[in-house]
Amino acid sequence: MQSKAAELILENGMRFKGKAFGYVNDVVGEVVFSTSMTGYQEAITDLSFCGQMVVLTYPLIGNYGINLEDMESDKPALTALIVREKCDYPNNFRTEMDLDGFLRQNRVVGLEGIDTRALTRIIRESGCMKGIITTEIGMLSDRALKERFDSLDNSDVVKRVSTPEVYTIPGTGKHVAFIDAGVKKGILRELKKRDCKITVFPYNATADEVMAVNPDLLMISNGPGDPGDIPETVETARALIGKLPVRGVCMGHLVIGLAMGCKTRKLKFGHHGANQPVKNLKTGRVSITSQNHNYIVDDLPEELEVSYINVNDGTCEGIRGKSIDVQSVQFHPEASPGPLDTRNIFDDFLA
Amino acid sequence: MPRDNSIKKVLVIGSGPIVIGQAAEFDYSGTQACQALREEGVEVVLVNSNPATIMTDAQTADRTYIEPLTVQTLENVIAKERPDSLIAGMGGQTGLNLSCELYDKGILDKYNVRVIGTSIESIKEGEDRESFKELMERTNQPMIRGEIVNTVEGALKFAKEIGYPVIVRPAYTLGGTGGGIAEDEGELGEIAAQGIHLSRVGQVLIEKCIRGWKEIEFEVIRDGDGNCITVCSMENVDPVGVHTGDSIVVAPAQTLADKEYQMLRTAAIDIINSIEIKGGCNVQFALNPNSFEYAVIEINPRVSRSSALASKATGYPIAKIAAKIALGYRLDEIKNAVTGKTYACFEPALDYCVIKIPKWPFDKFYGAKRTLGTKMMATGEVMAIGNSFEAALLKGVRSLEIKQFTLEREAAKEKSSEVLRGRIKTPDDERLFELAELIRRDYRIEKISQITGMDPFFLKKIKNIVDMEEELKEYRLDTLTPELMRKYKVMGFADQGIAQLIGCTAAEVRKYRESHGILPVYKMVDTCAGEFEAVSPYYYSTYDEYNEAEPSDKKKVLVIGSGPIRIGQGIEFDYCSVHSIVALKKFGIETIIINNNPETVSTDFDTSDKLYFEPLTEEDVLSIIELEKPDGVILQFGGQTAIKLANFLDEMNVPIFGTRPKQIDEAEDREKFDELLEELDIKRPKGKAVWTTEEGIAEAERLGYPLLVRPSYVLGGQGMEITHNEQELTIYLEDAFKKDKDNPVLIDRYLNGRELEVDAICDGTDVFIPGIMEHLERAGVHSGDSISIYPPQNVSDEMKKKIMDVTRRISVALKVIGMINIQFIEFRGDLYIIEVNPRSSRTVPYITKVTGVPVIELATRVMLGEKLADMGYASGINPEPEMVAVKVPIFSTKKLPMVEVSLGPEMRSTGEVLGVGRNYLEALYKGFVAAEFDIPRAGSNVLLTVCDRDKEAFLPIIEKFDKLGCRFISTTGTADFLEKHGYSVQRAKKISEGVPNVLDVIRSGMCDLVIDIPKKGNDKESDGFKMRRTASECSVNILTSQDTVAALAEVMEQKFNIAELEPIAVSDIK
Repeated sequence: MQSKAAELILENGMRFKGKAFGYVNDVVGEVVFSTSMTGYQEAITDLSFCGQMVVLTYPLIGNYGINLEDMESDKPALTALIVREKCDYPNNFRTEMDLDGFLRQNRVVGLEGIDTRALTRIIRESGCMKGIITTEIGMLSDRALKERFDSLDNSDVVKRVSTPEVYTIPGTGKHVAFIDAGVKKGILRELKKRDCKITVFPYNATADEVMAVNPDLLMISNGPGDPGDIPETVETARALIGKLPVRGVCMGHLVIGLAMGCKTRKLKFGHHGANQPVKNLKTGRVSITSQNHNYIVDDLPEELEVSYINVNDGTCEGIRGKSIDVQSVQFHPEASPGPLDTRNIFDDFLA
Repeated sequence: MPRDNSIKKVLVIGSGPIVIGQAAEFDYSGTQACQALREEGVEVVLVNSNPATIMTDAQTADRTYIEPLTVQTLENVIAKERPDSLIAGMGGQTGLNLSCELYDKGILDKYNVRVIGTSIESIKEGEDRESFKELMERTNQPMIRGEIVNTVEGALKFAKEIGYPVIVRPAYTLGGTGGGIAEDEGELGEIAAQGIHLSRVGQVLIEKCIRGWKEIEFEVIRDGDGNCITVCSMENVDPVGVHTGDSIVVAPAQTLADKEYQMLRTAAIDIINSIEIKGGCNVQFALNPNSFEYAVIEINPRVSRSSALASKATGYPIAKIAAKIALGYRLDEIKNAVTGKTYACFEPALDYCVIKIPKWPFDKFYGAKRTLGTKMMATGEVMAIGNSFEAALLKGVRSLEIKQFTLEREAAKEKSSEVLRGRIKTPDDERLFELAELIRRDYRIEKISQITGMDPFFLKKIKNIVDMEEELKEYRLDTLTPELMRKYKVMGFADQGIAQLIGCTAAEVRKYRESHGILPVYKMVDTCAGEFEAVSPYYYSTYDEYNEAEPSDKKKVLVIGSGPIRIGQGIEFDYCSVHSIVALKKFGIETIIINNNPETVSTDFDTSDKLYFEPLTEEDVLSIIELEKPDGVILQFGGQTAIKLANFLDEMNVPIFGTRPKQIDEAEDREKFDELLEELDIKRPKGKAVWTTEEGIAEAERLGYPLLVRPSYVLGGQGMEITHNEQELTIYLEDAFKKDKDNPVLIDRYLNGRELEVDAICDGTDVFIPGIMEHLERAGVHSGDSISIYPPQNVSDEMKKKIMDVTRRISVALKVIGMINIQFIEFRGDLYIIEVNPRSSRTVPYITKVTGVPVIELATRVMLGEKLADMGYASGINPEPEMVAVKVPIFSTKKLPMVEVSLGPEMRSTGEVLGVGRNYLEALYKGFVAAEFDIPRAGSNVLLTVCDRDKEAFLPIIEKFDKLGCRFISTTGTADFLEKHGYSVQRAKKISEGVPNVLDVIRSGMCDLVIDIPKKGNDKESDGFKMRRTASECSVNILTSQDTVAALAEVMEQKFNIAELEPIAVSDIK
């Protein structure tokens, strides 16, 4: 099959020609990059990338194919995957599908043959940008492009990926009320491993709905987009802080931050990768973590202290209540993909 | 924890001479460690016996000792220098073992020296098989299980426990005779019974068979506080079974899903945490390709060949960081030099693919057994960076300098598919090309994977290349479109490769490319996949759109490196390249280097202002030149690799600094050179090129025997022999013309004289000789394999004047600007020239260190236009010191089955050591000790066999050995001779006389030294060859030249003791 030529057009006008794969379609999204060298399957199925075009900086993608175990969600939510070279002949004892087929089945646009390093450097320098992938190379007028760029609205990404209804995962341990803002299965796996009973709520669950199941603690998941776009979740967190121990990962961390009166700030191009060093300010110990976020928590109120910082840029990577039982981290202790060095944070969360 | 300020003076132990398995990588890591320590204000005392390294420069450490690496010497250095600390893991296994010995013997305690970095306890836990096994059990890390059994029942019971297949290895049988792989109980019953029967002790080892498992390595770093990161993962393209040093290795690992990757990464970190490594460590795993099952193969609690590769592959300087950790720093306190902003506490992210290919010595040792296994045979390696596997592999292949620009290899094409299928079962240096040939014949990849255990992922990548090669063959230059051309260039094909496939010249391909703007761009190796702005000037080429290497408008010079370490072109050339860069930098000139060897100092991105990690082919070099437009290119320091680019670069109008390419030609072309010598009235041994055996014999009559004969088309003395009579000459010529009738054989008169060598610097008018070196062995032994003495001990002042005069006249006549190396023979009072190399040579580091003359700096400045006189060096020979320095060659023949051991005109040594003494014999003694040669004493048993030709001349030496109380063991001929002259001798049987014979004598360990003076070498069927091989493989000292033995006898008479000799620092050589 002859692959179709396609092109990525950035908001700043730069164009990258490549070849379409997966689901061939014209799309618009926010372009971000991830530097993780392994775990493309986990990244693709990470709902936090909803509405985004993900550039993978590692050039050979798809080498071990796709299997049905390493899914971080039932269905990928990213807009497009941009790679230098996709592998058409994966080999691994667990390979069940190849990358091309998986993306096609899930209606995710793929673009290969791109100078991903150049693209990454541009994002690094200009910050996150909108991008359009089109197979109508050179056919779109400036006006048409502008319309497409303007059509991008990622303010409802959490709504798109959150569970529509409440469900329960049985367990004999602590009962966790879990707000799904686009959860990675890895987080649920870690809780299940610790025998938790988990009641999963949609992102807009109210405090009353949560309290109605009589949980031992509240945890708020990771998720895509801007925490400012989900005031419902922030409101619920605010109402429950002090009543329940409250925990959060990534987006959950930002939500808790907002609920406690912090500010959030968008980074130029975020942290996306599996090599981010994070320092535990209590122990002084540095761990390598998996991260995927564009926003950070800033301006902590008196009640909160910083528990972790990023060694590279000094940004806040975790907060802890001084007297209130609140703990959250910006990085992904569940890894998937990435280093497993901070998995024990789930023990702290449940302690 | 910040720097521990109580550390003020640190002892660093180097790795000694270059041998197979321990090579230039330790110069890189050792040098880096010394620099890292010194920039913290720590005083560094360095001991290393290897004079060819940057590490042993007087400037690298505060006190540098080129002394034998023995516990006694080290104790003497410690007593003299009184360091407060020792860093153990920078000198390979040698440095590690010596550190442990110093600790065990209480020497460190005695002098209050503490070990910084990874502790001796931790090292031992990682190195000792038993304690490591216990540790792995304690930390729940699986190892490959094995058990020794002496019954079939025992074998079956254990196999049931660990599961089939299992390997059966009989104890004490040669080469594993009687062993095998058992797939089930039935097979095991048979094989075990046979193995137990064949084993001398009735034992077999039953081990879980992990044939076909993936071999994965992690480089891990841990600081004293327990912060731990992995720098790089590496995957061997060859599965378990081939030594990682002999494997094609790719970084990062390519075929692991995140689950498998993180499983192994976590295991690696758990292991080094449990051992409490403080510094770098390498962890090797075997991973079952069909499950999550894995096993820890081994760890190396030190910097290693793999850590050097990982450093170059990622830009993360492992040795430097390990040194800082030893000083007490935490990972998050050490800056990442690449970004200048972030910290060393992170894991590098690669956005390219790195491939390492070993460089084997089989092109030189064509008779060697080439099978690759668990013992490493490669002398060096090349590394290539691309943004696809294919591009990196093709770059790697052309970096090997084996004239391959594609995967299509003539030798493989000639073989039938059946033969190829059989051959790829056993890994050797040709396997890559042979399996590519099978793929070319549509042989199934799945089947190749089954046969070789190589992952289909890699084979499919190779198939991609092969398919494109076949595709290319369908085109001619005029039918190829620019789009297609770009596609093949993106894939990594060289112009030369494309040219071969479409039937044109590389120049035509280049012209086509350039006219269509198909040019490479250069991307940065930045440790972070572009996430942060990087300041590291470290680049590789791709055929992308965006270029990151921005040429400056400063004055700049490009230095061409010397590529992979091989016999004949070793670390010495890296030394020269690096020093040239240092000199250029000193004068504010921007320096650029191109090289492809990951083991070296020259490819440390801190060395030059810009590093291009690229193949050293005409195309790759020219592309960089066209981008950078340097003011000039320096070729003289990169060995033959760089010199052979001279004509091409000249044609391309690239300014070359130093001697003109035409002049280089004149020195290298035999006829032109003969004419020149004639003109200058300088003598050289008479000789001629002959085309037939008859012509050869006639010529021999005219010249007179003995004669030096060699094929005209090979370099480096390959196939060179000395023939003593018509019979020998006839055999040689007939054989040579049978092998190749299209090229002549060169016949020279062999002058049995003293060999002398000079390295000189010429500025066009003045010539300066830093020193004349005298070879201990007479002419006929390759200069790289001779013991070399400076200052010369037996050369008259008149002869020195003559050497100076001839050197000056030749240099000026050849219009040499820069370095020249000349080899002479002094024969019956006359001086003859045997070889001229208009470039830097392997003796330059040695002569630089012992004379203190900054040879490379002077040569570099001369090339830039300065005059020797203006730099304070008039024409002449540098004054000689009182002290004497003797360079002793080191061989790795033990590791290369079926390779001749005796000295001859073909170079075989891989490294060298230096002995520095107050007089000649002391220096020679130290050289012997540094070479791990046990000096015989009274009571030592010497196995002596001397060919008839040399027996009489040997008498005085025999007398000395006898007087010193040595005992002789000999076979018939020599034994008769000894008895005839009144010496007692123990007789040993020749091999044909049954057992136990002379080989058993060697194997039994009853002789301390083998002296075998062969009639001629390379006859694999001869007793002598087998004796020499056996001695080498059993690590019994062996000498094969009368001159070496005579010198040894003199040393023995002195009854030196290394413990009583005061170590001499390089800066104290006077």
